[in-house]
Amino acid sequence: MRHVITLLVENEFGVLARIAGLFSGRGFNIECLSVAETLDPAVSTMTIVTRGDDQIIEQVLKQLNKLISIIKVVDLIDKDFVEREMILVKVLATEKTREEILRIVDIFRGKVIDVGAKTYTIEITGDEKKIDALLSLLKPLGIKELVRTGRVAMSRGSKAMTELT
Amino acid sequence: MKKTGSQIIVECLKKEGVDTLFNYPGGAVLPLFDELSSAPFHQVLVRHEQAAVHAADGYARASGKVGVVVVTSGPGATNTVTGIATAYMDSIPIVILTGQIPTSLIGNDAFQEADIVGITRPCTKHNYLVKELKDLSRILKEAFYIARSGRPGPVLVDLPKDILVDSAEFKYPEKVSIRGYRPTLEGHPGQIQRAIHLILKSKRPLLYVGGGVISSNASKELFHLSEKLGIPVTMTLMGLGGFPGNHPLSLGMLGMHGTYRANMAVMESDLLIAVGARFDDRVTGKLESFAPQARVIHIDIDPTSISKNVRVDLPIVGDCKRILSKILSLLEKEETPSFRGGLHKWHRQIESWKAIYDMNYQQEQIIKPQYVIEKMDELTGGEAILTTEVGQNQMWAAQYYKYLKPRTFLTSGGLGTMGYGLPAAIGAQVAFPNRLVIGISGDGSFQMNSQELATAVQYRLPIKVAILNNGYLGMVRQWQEFFYGKRYASSSLEGISPDFVKLAEAYGAVGLRATKPEEVVPVLKKAFSIPEPVVIDFVIDPEENVYPMVPAGEPLNQMRLV
Repeated sequence: MRHVITLLVENEFGVLARIAGLFSGRGFNIECLSVAETLDPAVSTMTIVTRGDDQIIEQVLKQLNKLISIIKVVDLIDKDFVEREMILVKVLATEKTREEILRIVDIFRGKVIDVGAKTYTIEITGDEKKIDALLSLLKPLGIKELVRTGRVAMSRGSKAMTELT
Repeated sequence: MKKTGSQIIVECLKKEGVDTLFNYPGGAVLPLFDELSSAPFHQVLVRHEQAAVHAADGYARASGKVGVVVVTSGPGATNTVTGIATAYMDSIPIVILTGQIPTSLIGNDAFQEADIVGITRPCTKHNYLVKELKDLSRILKEAFYIARSGRPGPVLVDLPKDILVDSAEFKYPEKVSIRGYRPTLEGHPGQIQRAIHLILKSKRPLLYVGGGVISSNASKELFHLSEKLGIPVTMTLMGLGGFPGNHPLSLGMLGMHGTYRANMAVMESDLLIAVGARFDDRVTGKLESFAPQARVIHIDIDPTSISKNVRVDLPIVGDCKRILSKILSLLEKEETPSFRGGLHKWHRQIESWKAIYDMNYQQEQIIKPQYVIEKMDELTGGEAILTTEVGQNQMWAAQYYKYLKPRTFLTSGGLGTMGYGLPAAIGAQVAFPNRLVIGISGDGSFQMNSQELATAVQYRLPIKVAILNNGYLGMVRQWQEFFYGKRYASSSLEGISPDFVKLAEAYGAVGLRATKPEEVVPVLKKAFSIPEPVVIDFVIDPEENVYPMVPAGEPLNQMRLV
């Protein structure tokens, strides 16, 4: 099953290597990972999307907690949460497809942020389903390049991650 | 007051109560050694950095204190890796200080540069590269705290040369505060209460105890719990000594080479109480058939150990000693004599297993290794400190010596490191200069760190190295005999090993040899009476096997007994 895990970590060199090494060394899978500083420059937040049965996920969470540079680990799958990803996609735009691409982008509330002689570069934000749906529509038209940020996620409601149990 | 980084390190080591260092110098770390030359530590110069870590590990296991290693950058640091991995797998507290090239050169492939923090990340509990002098004393304080607290383990601190040389104001941090590291020590009261309930309801309870009992110094509490309730105890390799091996409630070791009664007890038990053990594959055999009738209580300080391999009914995270003593105090309120009486049938069942098969061997014309260990046990009354290498010698030492006290059996359990025993014996002897320390060895393992005889001779450490010399990498040969059609690929050392007596003499140690059974006791007595390092070459039956044996991946009741 797919799990979205959010972490608070010490913002020091080697933390990402510790986490990546833990996943590779123990054979856990990382679907995507994003990391950036929080308001407190000494702390970073990470979102990891991983898959595994209950026993594996239990180990993932415990092993993450065991790392000394990790301050807090929350598996959002038990919570109500929102997640977003941003993608940039360069798609072929011909006489015939230009209109259709713009229509699709509009429906998905995306933006064309660059125009080439034969391409549009589109920015779009959304959850996994929305992104997948968009890509499946653009694919037949010819995707030249795709860059994804990886998921970021946050629990719903007024509690901060530090207040979750 | 301003101090150099090297002076700060010496001050921090003093504050941590360090009295002994296991050392090997080199270019990048020379500023520190220069400072150490006038420092009040007992410093042991080993002959290879791997041995420095094993010696510090032996010192730590025997004494309960943190072992400390100081080595140089590059190869000095990479040579420590096997020692560190050994300590990590067995949760042994060690702090390793490695020299490093100056911070300005890091990443430039400088002479004797190695990314030792990167290399040791997966085999240390934590590690540090000191990039700024202002962090040095905090990092050292944290390193010792992390090494010895919670589930102990090795911590490496990498020290660039400029950090050792530059000066800064020294202030020793009085407290440690690491927001990502707060080990749980006290067990959950509700879980402890439920554990007592489960225990008192059980009919065939079994205590299955591991190295956690030793590292948390919980053997006294374990002893009282077992005696009070009459619950038999089986120990993992790492747990030996945690409960007296000669006690009627001791079933000896369990697992692949465990006793018949211990393995049968696991199969028949209705309540397995795991204390400081981690359900290693060498213990469980086939997982699905492990303890099939038992509910499982698991007491361990490391949450990752719980439900990793075996489903646990009742986990209690915390320090074994505290949890066992809490259980003991709560049991005061319970009616325990009747419970104990109710275990009569279970005790009889265990006795009957013992009658069916107990550890045994036939002493013939040629020396049997089991006989050597058994005689050692008799002559020392179980009071010596034994270290082992890995393989058959390790298993016979585990099976035929009755360890009475914790911290007397030092062995590489998790990683299974050949070459561990001799340097570990050196470390244990440094910790206890007046105790009898015996390194059980094989002719193969001995040669993995035999250069350390020089260290033993230099410091006049009267260790006794007993080589069970069968001319084979014995456990490899045993597996080849059983599972690979007796094709002894690369496992024979017959006629190609050095003369171990002459080798010992070449190093300035005493060399003795026994080739007949009747020589075993006189040679042991002689060795024990010599206050110097002694190597004894026991020429043993070349094809003796370790029994019982549960083949890897089989259930525990599928034991080969002969």
